[in-house]
Amino acid sequence: MKIKTAKQRAAAKLWQLRLYVTGQTPKSLTAFANLKKFCESHLKGRYRIKVIDLVKQPELAKGDQILAIPTVVRKLPKPVRTILGNLSDTERVLVGLDLRAAE
Amino acid sequence: MKIKKNTSKPAAPATRLPKCLTGIQGLDEITGGGLPRGRPTLVCGGAGCGKTLLAVEFLVRGAVQFGEPGVFMAFEETEAELKVNVASLGFDLAGLVRRKKIAIDYVHIERSDVQESGEYDLEGLFVRLNHAIDSIGAKRVVLDTLEALFASLPNEAILRAELRRLFRWLKDKGVTAVITAERGREQLTRHGLEEYVSDCVILLDHRVNDQIATRNLRVVKYRGALHGTNEFPFLIGDEGISVLPITSLGLNHKVSSERIVTGIPRLDAMLGGRGFFRGSSILLTGTPGTGKTIISANFAHAAARRGERVLFFSFEESPAQIIRNMHSIGLRLQPLVKRGLLRFHSARPSLYGLEMHLATMFKEIATFQPDVVIIDPITSLMDSGTDSERKGMVTRLIDYLKAGQVTSLFTSLTQGGHVLQQSEAAMSSLMDAWVLLQDFEGNGERNRVLYVLKARGMAHSNQIREFLISDHGIDVVDAYIGPSGVLTGSARVAQTALEKAGMLASHQEAARRKRELEQKRAALERQISGLRSEHEASAEELRQIDEQVGRQTLLLTTERTELGRLRQADVSVSMGIGSARSNSKPRSKR
Repeated sequence: MKIKTAKQRAAAKLWQLRLYVTGQTPKSLTAFANLKKFCESHLKGRYRIKVIDLVKQPELAKGDQILAIPTVVRKLPKPVRTILGNLSDTERVLVGLDLRAAE
Repeated sequence: MKIKKNTSKPAAPATRLPKCLTGIQGLDEITGGGLPRGRPTLVCGGAGCGKTLLAVEFLVRGAVQFGEPGVFMAFEETEAELKVNVASLGFDLAGLVRRKKIAIDYVHIERSDVQESGEYDLEGLFVRLNHAIDSIGAKRVVLDTLEALFASLPNEAILRAELRRLFRWLKDKGVTAVITAERGREQLTRHGLEEYVSDCVILLDHRVNDQIATRNLRVVKYRGALHGTNEFPFLIGDEGISVLPITSLGLNHKVSSERIVTGIPRLDAMLGGRGFFRGSSILLTGTPGTGKTIISANFAHAAARRGERVLFFSFEESPAQIIRNMHSIGLRLQPLVKRGLLRFHSARPSLYGLEMHLATMFKEIATFQPDVVIIDPITSLMDSGTDSERKGMVTRLIDYLKAGQVTSLFTSLTQGGHVLQQSEAAMSSLMDAWVLLQDFEGNGERNRVLYVLKARGMAHSNQIREFLISDHGIDVVDAYIGPSGVLTGSARVAQTALEKAGMLASHQEAARRKRELEQKRAALERQISGLRSEHEASAEELRQIDEQVGRQTLLLTTERTELGRLRQADVSVSMGIGSARSNSKPRSKR
């Protein structure tokens, strides 16, 4: 389910994001749409979103300590950051992902 | 259709609520067969009262004893920590995980690392749980401690909604779940989880009384099933948890009419000649130094000599000391210990709490399988704990022993006097036989006496007996009971001697009188023979007189006839002849 890749900048600057969902629920779809919107506006060309469907790969939930769905995990840059919810609260997403600093 | 369903329903209530055995010692007895199968059970309690342990044991026993794999979802301890923590109780969690009998999932969220934005649910938790359950085919689930989520997830409204859904989901999944929770101030749990889990609630607590900590377990609620509602003390031993139900047995143990002798023949004689019943409980009370341990050791010795197994719990003396002391009265216990028939278990009563002692004793009894158990003295154990706890403990111990047809002898130390004798009454009512040892003081010495206060189901002597302890053991003798009361010791000996002397004197007196009478009789005898000879002499004289008279008459007649003949008198002669003839007749006879 790889959706967007941007290979413009150096790999060091690349943002790796994971979105955990359970099937195509409304919350998941909203979350994905919101996440993509943020990335496009703030991190254009230097982000990668990996969507993990826990219905298909339940064993992956353990690794990132996923409880809530949907959850976004910023694997890179360090440190790891986690945001719960469908990302409808823009301000919190920006704070949570540290996007302001990147801007 | 609906009606049909209803008609088929009455069959359902007849089937009882299915239960899931926990395998935890005692808990299944209290709950009447375990936790409700396929439903969640809430275990709540304060810190350090054994919630996690109970949960782990539930899983481990399920996996090992009942072939039901389990999932442990840990919210507080990591998998590695958990494995180490329970290893000390002999649970091989790591091995069970390797063999896919148990799955552990450590769930952890650091609140500071998490941002919330918009709506979410806890589907991730469900997915993980579901995955863990399906991966090993789990039948049991533990969530320890779910309430940690309240600390890590900011949105309580979502959490509560999701928890409600979780418990519903667990029921639908058909797993038997144990959910642990911290005890709250005013409610059972800090976050009110009892709202959601309403089928079975178990409360654990940990109290300190008189510096001795006791853990207690209570089944607060068990929907659809009878259960013990009392608080039951429980222990965390090296084999996990054991709950000690007071009345686990009911009074339905088998009884034996076989009798076993005490090793003291006169004491047996006091008990209808054949000793105590097998499997009975015997209480031996006495003030210090009345010989309780000696009598117990005698009992132990006699039983072991018959080839029975004897377990001797000593709370005052070390085994070596008992063996040495008993040797001094001629009881050789060492060979019996060597042959494995006699086993000592010594521990200071203050070493640990009452339950721990009880559990240790249970374990010793279970491993040694004795025929006779001696507890010397039970009163040492009684120092710890409250009255009801003590009585409960003795009850449990006696029940346990009776169930196994084990004869038990308890010694009990009293401080003397009748008041304390009464305070023993609480315990004595549990006992089948009660032998009281006392000492009598007087004449500058102390003497031991014993009597049988009660002995259920057998004729027994009501007499006081004195018993002496010498190089060759115990000797029970009759105490002197006379007009001046009960005499023991030297007073008894003196009294006996006095009586003996008195007896001798009266014997001598009688002999003397007898002699006197004999003499008197002999004298009379002599007198009689004197009289008799006198009598005979006079008879002889009488005869001689008669003879003389006869002769004179004859002579006279002859003279007269002669004279008549000379004077020629006819008639008078014939008359004279006639009278002479009548006189001569007796003479001719003689």
